Amino acid sequence: MSFPLLTAAAALPAAGAIVTAAVPAARRTTAKWLALLFSLGTLALAVAVMVRFDPGGDRYQLTESHAWIKDFGVRYELGVDGIGVALIALTALLVPFVVLAGWHDADPLETHSKRWRPTQGFFALILMVEAMVILSFEATDVFLFYVLFEAMLIPMYFLIGGFGDRAHAGGDDRAAAQRSYAAVKFLLYNLAGGLVMLAAVIGLYVVAGNFSLTEIAAARASGELDMATNTERLLFLGFFFAFAVKAPLWPLHTWLPNAMGEATAPVAVLITAVVDKVGTFAMLRFCLGLFPEASRWATPVIIVLALVSIVYGALLAVGQRDIKRLIAYASISHFGFIVLGIFAMTSQGQSGATLYMVNHGISTAALMLVAGFLISRRGSRLIADYGGVQKVAPVLAGTFLVGGLATLSLPGLAPFVSEFLVLVGTFARYPVAGVVATTGIVLAALYTLVLYQRTMTGPVKEEVRAMPDLRPRELAVVAPLIALLLLLGVYPKPLTDIVNPAVRHTMSDVQQKDPRPDVEAAK
Amino acid sequence: MENLIALLVAAPLLGAAVLLCGGRRLDKAGHWLGTLLAAASFVVGVVLFADMLGKGPEERAVHQRLFSWVPVEGFQADVAFQLDQLSMTFVLLITGVGTLIHVYSIGYMEHDERRRRFFGYLNLFLAAMLLLVIADNYLLLYFGWEGVGLASYLLIGFWQHKPSAATAAKKAFLVNRVGDIGLSVAIMLMFTTFGTFAFGPVLGSAGEASEGMLTAIGLMLLLAACGKSAQVPLQSWLGDAMEGPTPVSALIHAATMVTAGVYLITRSGAIFNAAPDAQLAVVVVGAVTLLFGAIVGCAKDDIKKALAGSTMSQIGYMILAAGLGPIGYAFAIMHLVTHGFFKAGLFLGAGSVMHGMNDEVDMRKYGGLRTYMPVTFVTFGLGYLAIIGFPGLSGFWSKDKIIEAAFAKGGTEGWILGAVTLLGAGITAYYMTRVMIMTFFGEKRWQPAPDPDTTAGVEPGVEAAPGEMPHPHESPKSMTVPMILLAFGSVFAGGLFSLNSAFVHWLEPVTDFQHGHPPVSAAVVTTATVVVLLIGVGIAYAQYGRRPVPVVAPRGSLLTRAARRDLLQDDFNHVVLVRGGEHLTRSLVYVDHSLVDGVVNGTAAAMGGLSGRMRKLQNGFARSYAVSMFGGAAVLIAATLLMRAV
Repeated sequence: MSFPLLTAAAALPAAGAIVTAAVPAARRTTAKWLALLFSLGTLALAVAVMVRFDPGGDRYQLTESHAWIKDFGVRYELGVDGIGVALIALTALLVPFVVLAGWHDADPLETHSKRWRPTQGFFALILMVEAMVILSFEATDVFLFYVLFEAMLIPMYFLIGGFGDRAHAGGDDRAAAQRSYAAVKFLLYNLAGGLVMLAAVIGLYVVAGNFSLTEIAAARASGELDMATNTERLLFLGFFFAFAVKAPLWPLHTWLPNAMGEATAPVAVLITAVVDKVGTFAMLRFCLGLFPEASRWATPVIIVLALVSIVYGALLAVGQRDIKRLIAYASISHFGFIVLGIFAMTSQGQSGATLYMVNHGISTAALMLVAGFLISRRGSRLIADYGGVQKVAPVLAGTFLVGGLATLSLPGLAPFVSEFLVLVGTFARYPVAGVVATTGIVLAALYTLVLYQRTMTGPVKEEVRAMPDLRPRELAVVAPLIALLLLLGVYPKPLTDIVNPAVRHTMSDVQQKDPRPDVEAAK
Repeated sequence: MENLIALLVAAPLLGAAVLLCGGRRLDKAGHWLGTLLAAASFVVGVVLFADMLGKGPEERAVHQRLFSWVPVEGFQADVAFQLDQLSMTFVLLITGVGTLIHVYSIGYMEHDERRRRFFGYLNLFLAAMLLLVIADNYLLLYFGWEGVGLASYLLIGFWQHKPSAATAAKKAFLVNRVGDIGLSVAIMLMFTTFGTFAFGPVLGSAGEASEGMLTAIGLMLLLAACGKSAQVPLQSWLGDAMEGPTPVSALIHAATMVTAGVYLITRSGAIFNAAPDAQLAVVVVGAVTLLFGAIVGCAKDDIKKALAGSTMSQIGYMILAAGLGPIGYAFAIMHLVTHGFFKAGLFLGAGSVMHGMNDEVDMRKYGGLRTYMPVTFVTFGLGYLAIIGFPGLSGFWSKDKIIEAAFAKGGTEGWILGAVTLLGAGITAYYMTRVMIMTFFGEKRWQPAPDPDTTAGVEPGVEAAPGEMPHPHESPKSMTVPMILLAFGSVFAGGLFSLNSAFVHWLEPVTDFQHGHPPVSAAVVTTATVVVLLIGVGIAYAQYGRRPVPVVAPRGSLLTRAARRDLLQDDFNHVVLVRGGEHLTRSLVYVDHSLVDGVVNGTAAAMGGLSGRMRKLQNGFARSYAVSMFGGAAVLIAATLLMRAV
């Protein structure tokens, strides 16, 4: 048996979480370095997964399979396709930056008791989330996936509820109450989704007799497993509902702005760039893979919901007064694009959606983390409290602008490639939807540039006059992210090479072919 | 030789990267580096041009493929270049005029502490514009297209600490993005129609697509062109863009940016030729903008805004010509090149005047400057003669041909278009004469330097203390030399291009060419043009030359007042889009908070009786909820198993 690389990629951060949590109270810097080290080790393993993965090979690779709960046929079954590899890489890539950006976010206050160890807890929880997210991208057993899907809520709940902005710490009861409200809302929404999904998971077991994604899909494709139309649709809806809460799709999105607004910037990145991707990933893998006909049946409604998300999220972003909530609504708009690309059911749409998950992760991380650095300097999340920052902190302003330009999908930066692919892929099948979604590019420019103008340009506000520019640690967070955005914007081939075969499989799952062009173009 | 093509973009791109990431230690040499790399790009362009001239007319197009950009199933987008006669023309214009503007900026921006960054942005602008014109497919063109948008955003808002500059930059980007919808949708239509968006296959098989589809693509391309080229109805950003430093205006108006729309339409000629309805729309947009810009130009007292109106109007001529099809493409591009010379010269001249006048922009506070700034006066004067189409100078050759082609459109349309272009020529002569007289002739109407803290329109870096009278002086050599070179182009380029129709023959293999046959002879058209021109000059002289110019603008007629406000288009935008948009987003924020959130929460609470537990959770009893959930799940499992057993 070969080395279980997939298990290792999830076990390493899990071990890191335990080790970090065990560090004594006084050695909090050690805990930080340990967390960083473990996250970098995980990144190395993710790179190994990428290298070992053969794009021309089997659909699921590096597979592992062990019996787990024999009575119900639940297995610990892992395997990755190109989409999973890309998202594991994204997760492993972002967590070191999340750790580094949140270096001081959980330092204990002077009022805390000496035995209180918030720092250790903070970093251990982050690594815990990483472990579960990575494993959920690897799980090919539906029940195993479900358990992870639910279990990752617990560390996330504590990360949101337990660690607010430093700006609001220090006895601000109202901030603490809002934070706790946001954490509860996060938990309730996602648990509600999970509950519905659980029913569907059980239903699937009842119908199929096992939980193995590969076996069920194969049985379905060969016609061995025949589902009644209504059964398939109900099961599909159960799964989709849970994923649509997590993604999040309008109108189930309202937990996200609360959670991202109240959490610290690195945790907000963890929510939107990493954890939420499990939702869109699962739509591709489970909804389309297990219920192709129901997916096609539900497509018109889902496309409309995605379009509403795109436009609605962008308009709401324009109306925000809080920097972090603005970015949250922008993310809702972007998730609309991802869902649109998935359900357009064209090669370009699905490749675009997968790239979009990766690129959105990187671009939102860049924008949100710089926003976090900005907020930590002034102690306010309100846009109106800033002005003229570019004069006093030009590097901070410049990186913020690049993050913003990535958010508005400027060509040359990674998100453009994925957004355009989604648009083209949608347009090829649903021209009207494609055009409606295209208006999103104007709205994205509006909320991004308004944010930049109000915070960074104009006369220097008195309160920001003494604001220091980016520190070396902060620059070390932002610079690689920006470099990556540029690289993937100009040369996304390494990523598309991995993703393309997986998309081909998904397209054959749902029995869809790309529309043919009207004119067979001359060579 | 074709391996050199990438260098055209690479040189200025390298400059931008080094200057923007290099930090303060490059402050001393940054402007030289930027200028040098712009010049290097020009040299590469000249070398490629010489190589191209050595080949037969049909073999001149060269290609270079670098790598596959977005390789996805059924979707091929390459980073690949195509340099043909049309691209070459733009390359020489962009790098040539662009380099002169770099040189000029060395002097102009001397006192600005962020000069290094300014040159980085200028280089970025050139790189993006070059990418736009040498791309061999529409998606890569889009890359350059948006790059131009970014560079203009950075440069228009270069003095970001001025709220007006920041607003103008944002507005330019947003209005351009509206146009970008057009380009995006056009590319998608091409993809669904032809399965590709590379120039070769799309333009080569354009005839096989249905006319309805080609019309749709054409109209979307026109929308894109309207954004970048500031054509009605997306022209509103151009006037505000004057918030940028003056060399930026020269760059945007002469060598880059606004010419992109003309390029796009000319490049897509094969599509428009087969879509007469789209062509008609192009012509109408051009004609309307031509008059719109000219009327606005008549009413502005700000020298840069008057010139901006004139740009709009001149680009209108080009768009109109491009809409005429093969009888007009070559003349659209020819006017674009000659306009590049004289408009750059005029803007640099305006910058030179401002440089000597404490950065005052109001022409009512100029007057009698010809003796104080002789070089500026002469070069600006030659640019003036060129733009109004004075016989023999550059503008005459190119504009006259467009007017002829407009008449040659035939039928009532031809007469209407001909009349509009003639009228435009007259108005051009009027407003440019007005600018000339108010600036260089008549009484001195100089005013003390304004207080920079209270005046929004003043460019920073002004050395004069508030209240000090201006001491107009000639600008340094680094500024005057580019002006002199551009003046040469303004005088001679048009004539050279017209020798044996050299320019038309040069472009013919790319753009195709047909002789237009105006209903009246060319001589009559030319005579009419000259007469109209003289009338325009005469009226301006009667109004501004023979009477003193008041320092405070008179109230003016209804039209004048509307024209000063850009024919009320901004007011319309403000009321409908800005105000309307604010109300919309504000009400949506309310709806999201109270309605969507409330309904979803309410449904959940009603369904599960969760409200009681919600309270518990807030008190920290998360575990009890988890337990009850798993309990519920267990019941569900049992129920389903039971069902199955039965």
